[in-house]
Amino acid sequence: MTALGELTRLPVGSRGGAVDAWIRGHKFPIVEDKRITFVWRGDADAVHLRHWVYGLPSSQSLAKLDGTNVWHLTLELPSGSRVEYKLEIVRGGRGEWLEDPLNPNRARDPFGANSVAHGSGYRAPDWIEPDPEAKPGGTDEIVVDSKVFGRRGVGMYLPARYKKTRRYPLLVVHDGHDYVRYASLKTILDNLIHRREIPDLVVALTSSPNRLGEYADDERHAQFIADELVPLLESRMAIEGRPQGRCLMGASFGAVAALTTAWRRPGMFGKLLLQSGSFAFTDIGDRNHRGPLFDPIVQFMNKFRADPQPVSERIFVSVGTYESLIYENRSLVPLLRGTGMEVRYVESRDGHNWENWRDRLREGLSWLFPGPLLLVYE
Amino acid sequence: MLRELSVKGPVAMVTAGWQEREGEPGVVADPGVPVVDLALHRRADEVLAGDRELATAYKARQVKLKLMQDFYRVRLDHAEASLRAVQVRSAPADVLAEEWAASLELVRYIDRDHLVRCRAVHQEFDAKYKPRERFAMSKHLAELKAVIAPTDALVIAGGHVAVLLNRLALFGAIALVGDRPIVAWSAGAMALTERVVLFHDDPPHGKAISEILDAGLGLVPGLVVLPGARSRLRLEDSSRVTEFAERYTPAACVALDRGTRVWIDKGRIVKADQAKRLTDSGVLSPVERERPERGKTQPS
Repeated sequence: MTALGELTRLPVGSRGGAVDAWIRGHKFPIVEDKRITFVWRGDADAVHLRHWVYGLPSSQSLAKLDGTNVWHLTLELPSGSRVEYKLEIVRGGRGEWLEDPLNPNRARDPFGANSVAHGSGYRAPDWIEPDPEAKPGGTDEIVVDSKVFGRRGVGMYLPARYKKTRRYPLLVVHDGHDYVRYASLKTILDNLIHRREIPDLVVALTSSPNRLGEYADDERHAQFIADELVPLLESRMAIEGRPQGRCLMGASFGAVAALTTAWRRPGMFGKLLLQSGSFAFTDIGDRNHRGPLFDPIVQFMNKFRADPQPVSERIFVSVGTYESLIYENRSLVPLLRGTGMEVRYVESRDGHNWENWRDRLREGLSWLFPGPLLLVYE
Repeated sequence: MLRELSVKGPVAMVTAGWQEREGEPGVVADPGVPVVDLALHRRADEVLAGDRELATAYKARQVKLKLMQDFYRVRLDHAEASLRAVQVRSAPADVLAEEWAASLELVRYIDRDHLVRCRAVHQEFDAKYKPRERFAMSKHLAELKAVIAPTDALVIAGGHVAVLLNRLALFGAIALVGDRPIVAWSAGAMALTERVVLFHDDPPHGKAISEILDAGLGLVPGLVVLPGARSRLRLEDSSRVTEFAERYTPAACVALDRGTRVWIDKGRIVKADQAKRLTDSGVLSPVERERPERGKTQPS
């Protein structure tokens, strides 16, 4: 019997009295193999599940269980799925979007927070949690006087054993502060370095007040990153200063910024980590359905697709199968490979969100920057 | 082990594989005899800090070796893909066996080529810069000779095998200890072989890895040592064991897990305790005494 069946098998008149105990007896949403049952309890005119699984209707109605104020909806999702959602409660013709009060799992992002359903087979990785044995790296905030953007704050991460006499690879992370806030980047760096899965790295965390403009194939952004920030860091800090030791990383528009910057400075960045890139393109004409913010991206991608060039050496590409961008990312991979670049492509059953990007960091970073794990035999 | 070799100490110890933690108390287990750490990691830093020309050349060599390792991996990826293709294709067994052998030979060729070119890089560096004849080195070599003189054996601990190997080679440490017995484990044992094989069947990015890092010091011919093999290799997978054994044959791939010991004298195994060899039939079999060959040391 399904969990919901424990209520539906009861006579309608006796269901209401059983609800309290039923709710206490389950975790929500209820995960039963591939079935995920979302539940809300309360009085409303209608309740809708609002989620970001591309391929399913983004709004689906919960049904009210007769004799109760319990609303429910069951979806079938493949094993390993992770879904962010909200519940829309409609009363008096007005809908209010709420986090699921029965579900303690939350994912935060710059717009607030969503509830998270962990499908069967999904487990949050252990390497995202602080490890007391991992020595924490140092963080700092520097100010860069940019000729193109004026004064810009850049966050810095230095590995715990940083020494001026050594030379470290440099990872430049677009939306780096958000990666730290919403994707546990600092904890992950500490842990992966401690586990020797990546080497000691210097990491620059950039952020932009106008990311949708600057990240969309803007020469000013390439100048800031490649001509100002990287040379400044390499002159001040113990950084390798060779293409194989430089990596650009970003998600969504940040991935576009990484790819276009590498394209504008070929030979400079030997590694790219591109997550859920907004790599919109058109096969016919140049009008796209995603809106004017994507116009410069479409222009770039169409140009790149017509004449793919090896902009880097190794590229890690990840994307969620529940994202609308899955098509663009999948179709980019053979083009990248065709140039001779080494490409690793990974899909996950997740959406366009920070925890999806978080969950892929171990694989991406350790592939781009193999740590001394392979070299240490104690 | 030291007791069995009648070593009462003091012994010279190399913990350079632990890098900055070299010589720290507790880094390696107490061998039960007086110990003097040769401090090869610190000494190497001092030598390079005091000799700009050598440091620049050393750094350039390391960058070149790193780049060569990257390209070697690319070639290996393609050759290993051809092995995987043989495993999934349908064809008569004799054809598959031939194709498997041809693909494996390609991997073995890539390994040999990498090893030869690594050796050439080291030979060129040594011939051009003569590191042990340089002024910055002379003080350390004199100190090392003095420190080693009263010792009965050399003990080489594990750690970062590339760092360890580079330091041992830079100072010519093996020549400095003469005929003293050598006890080495993990990365220390790897460094003494002819070729250092790196391996991990479950790395964080998923794909099993086995590759040659570099030429070793060559004191233990015909052996590929695999420390911690039980935790790093899928030894229960007979096809993986077979592939490993065939790839490095005629060298014997020996799993060196905790408690495993191998005694070597003049290049031949004279005794083994719990040591298992990976065989081309896909199983592990006990290591046995081997016929005499060149060499002179006793790693464990």
